[in-house]
Amino acid sequence: MTLKAQSTQETENLTATIDNSMIGDTAQSSQQLSYRHAFMLVLKRDLTIAMRHKDDIINPLLFFVIVVTLFPLGIGPEAQTLSRIAPGIIWVAALLATLLSLDRLFKSDHLDGSLEQMLLSPHPIFILVLAKIFAHWLITGLPLILIAPLLAVLLHLNEQSYTALLLTLLLGTPVLSLLGAVGVALTVGIKKGGVLLSLLVLPLYIPVLIFATSAIDTAALGLPYSGQLAIIAALFFGSLTLAPFAVGAALKVSTN
Amino acid sequence: MQFNNFSDFINMGGYGFYVWLSFGAAALILTLLLISSKAGHQQVITKIAKRKKREDKLRQAKDLRKQQNEQNKTALNEVIE
Amino acid sequence: MWKWLHPYANPEVSYHFTNKLLPWLSALTAIFLSIGLVWALLFAPADYQQGHSFRIFYIHVPAASLSMGIYVAMAIAAFISLVWQLKLADASAAAMAPVGAAFTAIALITGAAWGKPMWGTWWIWDARLTSELILLFLYLGVIALHNAFEDKNLAGKAAGILTLVGVVNIPIIKYSVEWWNTLHQGSTVSKLGKPSMSLDMLWPFIFCFIGFALLVAVIICLRFRNEILARNSIRPWVRELIQKNTVNNT
Repeated sequence: MTLKAQSTQETENLTATIDNSMIGDTAQSSQQLSYRHAFMLVLKRDLTIAMRHKDDIINPLLFFVIVVTLFPLGIGPEAQTLSRIAPGIIWVAALLATLLSLDRLFKSDHLDGSLEQMLLSPHPIFILVLAKIFAHWLITGLPLILIAPLLAVLLHLNEQSYTALLLTLLLGTPVLSLLGAVGVALTVGIKKGGVLLSLLVLPLYIPVLIFATSAIDTAALGLPYSGQLAIIAALFFGSLTLAPFAVGAALKVSTN
Repeated sequence: MQFNNFSDFINMGGYGFYVWLSFGAAALILTLLLISSKAGHQQVITKIAKRKKREDKLRQAKDLRKQQNEQNKTALNEVIE
Repeated sequence: MWKWLHPYANPEVSYHFTNKLLPWLSALTAIFLSIGLVWALLFAPADYQQGHSFRIFYIHVPAASLSMGIYVAMAIAAFISLVWQLKLADASAAAMAPVGAAFTAIALITGAAWGKPMWGTWWIWDARLTSELILLFLYLGVIALHNAFEDKNLAGKAAGILTLVGVVNIPIIKYSVEWWNTLHQGSTVSKLGKPSMSLDMLWPFIFCFIGFALLVAVIICLRFRNEILARNSIRPWVRELIQKNTVNNT
């Protein structure tokens, strides 16, 4: 309860500061400043909420670890087979873990009404949405990247591919958060959105999966994989510019 | 005409199963879709008609209650007078 | 042109227009499809390599290209409904989704049935088959989103956004699948021989293609009609229409 109060209060702070900045002396300079200010405020708020709900960070991570450990048990312990399929397993598990954590992106805000306040604030939704997605990536994507090398050891990943694994995860997980945010924004108003969300989002994840695993495979052969990385980077920047607009439009639809 | 007799036609030069499987599946899916789309029209109409009936009933009940209230009022007024 | 088009933005006018159009479209569909199918099944020559299994081509190719065409049409309708807030575009997008999904499913099934005698397996992770499968998932996502909302207008908007996100992604998905395929498989699947089709194969194909396209139009019209009625259920003209209809029935 106190947490909810806290979160709404912080949203009010946000709208209040935005109002203040609108009244502020010179319109242009304060506008410039307040974009960053709003971004930081939303980011800080989301991170604070996440810190109070530590299980929200830990559970997807645990899921990721358990899914990855299930594969050797299902397939068999031969190092050669495992190292052959390790990139695919790690990436598919990362997709599923991200999917599991996506629900949190807008759901609690929608339930306590702070999402509507955010949409009503005079700031462009683009900035606020981007801040929320960035916070989501910090909470779920970053721990995944940190724990992935450990799981790669368990799966006997080829030693040459560790950098590739980390680089693809670094570039790829933000894409997962960005594309996933579109799906969450569409399903946030629906009661049983969970299964639907995976149906909407997983097909969109396919290109990232293909290029990331192929980069890791190429690295294992000792060949340059900069081409695949460049394509993932292109996917990242493409979704960075386009996804927030789609999220904004979708949020307007689902909150009305 | 590419076939000499009917059994040749069914057999399709050994590929009968595959050819008729694809044609049959396509025909099945398309007829199901066509029928469901066609039946949808009547479904929508009956749905709206039902809703209309319910609304009419509610309105009638409301009117009736209003009338009764008015009658009661006039009756009461008469008693008072 | 806008003056001419304008009345059709009215739901009532377009409902009656669709009603008038339907018998003509159905008749044309029946003519083209029966000519095309009989020609394809009975009179078209067998392929010199693939024999009579080539006759699957006359369903598979129209279904596959229509399944992609319908998605593009749906995306255009979704774009129109999001930008110009045209309710009818929304209704037509909603009408198209199940038709597209059905044609994608047909393309997949016929592809598998063609692949078994030609490649020796029902399923092969061929680039075109794989992207067709992903297209089916995208269609199912749009349909599921449509069904998840109670309010039809909201459902249309949400599904429209998803359709547009999908249409941006389709080229990327298609390209990545093709790339993945060549990387993993080499060129085990040779392109099916398409040395400029002979005329006695091309004509039945054209008839089949036009027939299937008309069938798509007929089914979309049928569904479009239902969508209009469902979205305008409180309008007086719909009430009147239903009054007339129920009186006729009893």
